[in-house]
Amino acid sequence: MNRRVVITGMGVVAPNGNGLEAYEAALRAGVSGIRHIPLLQELKFGCTVAGVPPDAGALAGTYFDEDDLLAMNSNQRFGCIAAVDAWTDAGFERPEHGDDHVYWEAGAVIGTGVGGLDTAGEKLVPMTDAGRVRRMGSTIVEQIMGSGVSARVSGMLALGNQVTSNSSACSTGAEAIVGGYERIKNGLADRMLCGGSEGSSHYIWAGFDAMRVLARKFNDEPEKASRPLSATAAGFIPGSGAAILHLESLENAEQRGARIYAELLGGSLNCGGHRQGGSMTAPNQTSVRRCIREAVANAGIASDEIDAINGHLTATVADPREVASWAAALECTPETLPLITSTKSMIGHGLGAAGAMESVACLLMLQGGFVHPSINCEDVHPEIEPYAASIPQQVVETPELRTIIKAGFGFGDVNVCVVFRKWSD
Amino acid sequence: MDQSEIRAKIFEIIGVYAKDKDALASATDDTNILQDLKVNSARLVDVILDFEDAFDIEVEDEDADNVNTIGDAVSLIAAKI
Repeated sequence: MNRRVVITGMGVVAPNGNGLEAYEAALRAGVSGIRHIPLLQELKFGCTVAGVPPDAGALAGTYFDEDDLLAMNSNQRFGCIAAVDAWTDAGFERPEHGDDHVYWEAGAVIGTGVGGLDTAGEKLVPMTDAGRVRRMGSTIVEQIMGSGVSARVSGMLALGNQVTSNSSACSTGAEAIVGGYERIKNGLADRMLCGGSEGSSHYIWAGFDAMRVLARKFNDEPEKASRPLSATAAGFIPGSGAAILHLESLENAEQRGARIYAELLGGSLNCGGHRQGGSMTAPNQTSVRRCIREAVANAGIASDEIDAINGHLTATVADPREVASWAAALECTPETLPLITSTKSMIGHGLGAAGAMESVACLLMLQGGFVHPSINCEDVHPEIEPYAASIPQQVVETPELRTIIKAGFGFGDVNVCVVFRKWSD
Repeated sequence: MDQSEIRAKIFEIIGVYAKDKDALASATDDTNILQDLKVNSARLVDVILDFEDAFDIEVEDEDADNVNTIGDAVSLIAAKI
C-alpha cells in the first residue's frame, strides 16, 4: 500500500507558549521562552537558564484527575496535554471514564530523549538507597519506563493500534512522525498520534552541562542565550515540552470531512555510523546530506520546490556545517538557499521533544503563511555570513509558502528529515 | 478515634483514587474498592501507604491483601490503632 498521509490535528506545550494560538503568536513575534532557573544556579550549573513551558502545572490540573496527576511526571504531563489537544484539534471527543470503546484504527508513536529522570532523581534513587522501597508506592515504573508517555496517552484516548515510544536523542520527535507516517502509508493504521516530549528537570540537563555543551555566557540575559547561527553561539540551551501531530490517511480524513493542515510528503531516517567525521556527539555530514536528499526523493519533489528550511540548528559549532550541508544537499548557492530558521532560538533545545515542537512550528508557518524569525543571530556566524540573506531576523510573511523541510540530528549520529506541504483542495 | 471517624478518613483517602465519584458518594461498608469505586488495582498499594501515614500504623502485606471493601479497611484500621 502507498497511502497519502496528512496532518489533521496538533497539540503543543512549549517554553514560549502552550497551545497552538499562543505558540504561533510567540513564533511570529520572536518571543523567547528561555528563563533563569534559580535551582540551576544554586546547584552550580554552568548554564543557569532553560526553556520550561509556562504554568504547565496549573494547566495539567485542568486536564487530568488528581489520581492521574499523582503518577505523572513533567514529561508525561507535557506529552499528554499535547496528545489530548491534538486529538481534540482533529475533531475527536476525549473518551469519558467508563466508555469502553477502543479505537483500533488509531495508535501512537511518542518518543522521549532522556525520560523520567525527575522521578528517578527525586524518588527512585533516594528511596532505594535509604532502604525505603516498601514506601515507594505504585507509580514509579509507569513514570520512568521508556514508554511512559505513549502508555499514558493510550489509556486516556483508548488507542487500539500500535502504541510505542521511540528514542533517538535529539531526532526523537521527528523520528516518531516518520514512524507513524510509515504505518499509515502501509495501511496498518488510519490515525497515529506522533511526536515527542521531554520533562523539565535539572537531572536531565546536568549531564549536558557536565559535557560543556550548554551555553554559559548568557546567564544574565536568558532571552538572548539561545543563539543558533550566531558568531557568539557557544552551546545550546536546554528546553522541555511536548508536541504531538495527529497523522491520518488522506482517505480517512476526507471520508470524515476533517480539516487538513498539510500533507506529510515524505521522510527519511539514517545514521552516520560514527564514521567520516561523525561520532557519538557529532554528525557525519555525508549522512546528513544523504538524509536530506533521501527525504526530498521520498517526498517525490525536486529540491527547488522547497520554500523554507527549519534546521536542527542548536547553537553549537555544528551550525556552520549544517548550513553548508543544507546548501549542498539541496544543490543551492548562498543566493538560492531557501529561508532557513531555527525554532530553538526561541524555545531552546527540547531534546526528545525538539523535532515535534519544531514540526508544529513548520505546520503553523505553512498554515499561517509566514516564516518565523531566527532570533539572536544579528551577529551571523562568519562561516554562515554568505547565507545571511536567507536567515529571517524578523518574521517574514510568505503567503506563497507551500513546502517546508525539517531535519533533526541526534547523539548517536542519527538523522531524520521530513517534508511537509500545505494542504490545498 | 471511633469507626465513623475512621470511615470518614478512609473516604477522604480513597476519594483521590476513585474514578467513579458517584459511587464514592453513595458508598457503604459493602462497597468494593476496586470494582465499585473503579480504583486502579495498582493503586491499592498507595491507598495502604496513605492509611499508614494517616493513622500512624503499619499494614503487613498479608493484611493488605484482605482489604476488598470499605468495611474491610475500617476493621483493619480499627484493630491497629
